[in-house]
Amino acid sequence: MSKEPVKAGRVDPRDFLEIDALLSDEERLLRDTVRSFVADKILPDIAEWFEEGVFPIELAKEMGALGLLGMHLDGYGCSGSSAVAYGLACVELEYGDSGTRSFVSVQGSLAMFPIRAFGSEEQKQEWLPQMAAGETIGCFGLTEADAGSDPGAMRTVARRHGDDWVLDGTKMWITNGGVADVAVVWTQSDEGVLGFIVPTDTPGFSSNDIRQKMSLRASVTSELVLDAVRLPGSALLPGVRGLKGPLACLSEARFGIMFGAVGAARACFEAALDHAAGRKMFGKPIGSFQLIQRQLVEMAIGVNRGMLLAMHIGRMKDSGSVDAAHISMGKLDNVRMALDVARTARSVLGASGITLEYPVIRHMNNLESVYTYEGTHEIHTLILGQALTGISAFE
Amino acid sequence: MKIAVCVKQIPDPATPYELDSENHFVVRPDDQVLDDTDRYGVEMGLQLAEATDGEVVLVSMSPANNLQGIRQALAMGADKAIVIDDEALRGSGALVTARVLAAAIEREGADLVIAGTESTDGYVGVVPQMLAELLGMPAMTFARKAELTDGTIRIERQTSGGYDVVEAPLPALVTATSGSVEPRYPTFKGIMGAKQKPIEQPSCAELGVESVGSAGSGQEIVEVRPAPERTAGVKIQDEGDAHTEIIKLLEQAKVI
Ligand SMILES: Cc1cc2nc3c(=O)[nH]c(=O)nc-3n(C[C@H](O)[C@H](O)[C@H](O)COP(=O)(O)OP(=O)(O)OC[C@H]3O[C@@H](n4cnc5c(N)ncnc54)[C@H](O)[C@@H]3O)c2cc1C
Repeated sequence: MSKEPVKAGRVDPRDFLEIDALLSDEERLLRDTVRSFVADKILPDIAEWFEEGVFPIELAKEMGALGLLGMHLDGYGCSGSSAVAYGLACVELEYGDSGTRSFVSVQGSLAMFPIRAFGSEEQKQEWLPQMAAGETIGCFGLTEADAGSDPGAMRTVARRHGDDWVLDGTKMWITNGGVADVAVVWTQSDEGVLGFIVPTDTPGFSSNDIRQKMSLRASVTSELVLDAVRLPGSALLPGVRGLKGPLACLSEARFGIMFGAVGAARACFEAALDHAAGRKMFGKPIGSFQLIQRQLVEMAIGVNRGMLLAMHIGRMKDSGSVDAAHISMGKLDNVRMALDVARTARSVLGASGITLEYPVIRHMNNLESVYTYEGTHEIHTLILGQALTGISAFE
Repeated sequence: MKIAVCVKQIPDPATPYELDSENHFVVRPDDQVLDDTDRYGVEMGLQLAEATDGEVVLVSMSPANNLQGIRQALAMGADKAIVIDDEALRGSGALVTARVLAAAIEREGADLVIAGTESTDGYVGVVPQMLAELLGMPAMTFARKAELTDGTIRIERQTSGGYDVVEAPLPALVTATSGSVEPRYPTFKGIMGAKQKPIEQPSCAELGVESVGSAGSGQEIVEVRPAPERTAGVKIQDEGDAHTEIIKLLEQAKVI
């Protein structure tokens, strides 16, 4: 044996399991590009945006120019990158903030994806290039005040009037709602659940932003009101009927969240690691105390395990072998992990941990939304329970 | 318009450097990145090429086992790259580098050559001037801005007190200062397209460059010493007149 069986003392605390080596040169370059974009354009101002409760809409076009919007879709001005590349971009974006990652998830996976997957050729040509460029902002209206985990209970309805459709109802908790130029809205109808492309300047359409949020403050969350919104027949997404339409979009977005959560966790872990090295108490760095070391170790395990899980499911998606239940496992475990890491990091930072000077409490609060949206923790547990037993325990 | 941009791959500045105990050069690890300051030259080249419907060719003397840095510059939009990696080049100093780059540029033919002001691993800062001399081109150094009109290059040359406006007919060599332009991010399409772009790898023999390596360098690094430890700064207690003290110190340092 010429090689040392085990090398000693040469691990990188920031890439403990050398997960970098699992990436191709191209994936690494793409990751590094998004990393610099986040460092240059998001991190310097994010605390202020969060505190003021604003989403930096001016970033949309810059994200579009980079190729971030609908990046995993092909044609129509989209980048056509792999699923893993999309995931890596989400990691970096959410290292910045869950709000900026949410913007990209909604635009690409919830608004552009249904048009790409279920739209007519005319719809794809009309909407996708301008959405990929960030010139047109999209949102996705599925949830209603009384239909959250059970979207089948939605009451928004579409009725035929000659060749037109008329939509009535109210959607709730809609990311980008107040800044959107176009909404993909899901409704009941005589023909089952349908999806529509609704320009937000259509008469009868209005939105109200939800104020006083304590989470995802650098992201717009709104109510959408559809009051006799009349649309031409060409606004209907022709390629899908039934809840499987919106659920397919959610699978796409959850895939990105499964990666993104690792980014938020990494940001918290790194803040804690730096703090533990620099902060002195009882005459020594707090990182020299066993209790703090244990917290750092648990965080490092969580972040590394989460990244491996996401990478594995990402490779499955690129090879065409992924099932929605796999993505549920990734979303469930990685968001839970990220929330644990954020809370632990919050504690390691002591009082500093509650200020926006450090990223930790911002991520911690954001992750509460991430835990709930795109299928709550419980709903993903039930999806996995059903996948394991073949028995649905939803109702 | 063909624009050659000289770029260097260097060890990742985030990891500590090691020096070769014999020749005192920085040991080149497997993983190398594009020298950050070269992004300005690439950006300047791309902007000038866009304005003139021209072409950007990257030229680099660089171990070719990892071309990540070159690919990054290609992903930004350069059209092709020429990378010279030859076992014979080990231990080459600035003059050999300049001779190799000059041979590659001469073979390719370029109307304009752009380089950084100095690399951020060796910090020698003489290669561009040597290169200009070897190519018989005017050396337009420290450009904070560059414009092309009708076969003439006009730059704003950064000086300690401001800038000079300098003009020369093409062909010419320009060095771009950091901060002269805002380097673009590679786009995802650019990143994915970069692997289709040609990277030529001629040997020294093919370029007709002889006596390279430490022997051909005409220089020897005799000794390397660590920089002296920084001494503690001066603390000024503000009793209402701290600003005058600070101004005095800045004047002494000749920065104002
Ligand atoms: C910031 C933010 C942004 C959002 N963006 C969007 C968007 O862009 N588009 C959109 O359509 N929606 C969006 N949502 C809505 C989100 O998807 C829903 O909040 C989510 O589906 C949960 O619905 P709910 O809030 O009504 O909770 P509920 O469904 O009322 O759930 C309340 C609790 O009951 C649990 N529960 C429910 N059913 C069961 C069950 N059968 N068994 C066990 N436990 C159960 C849940 O897990 C949860 O803990 C967003 C939400 C937030 C917070």
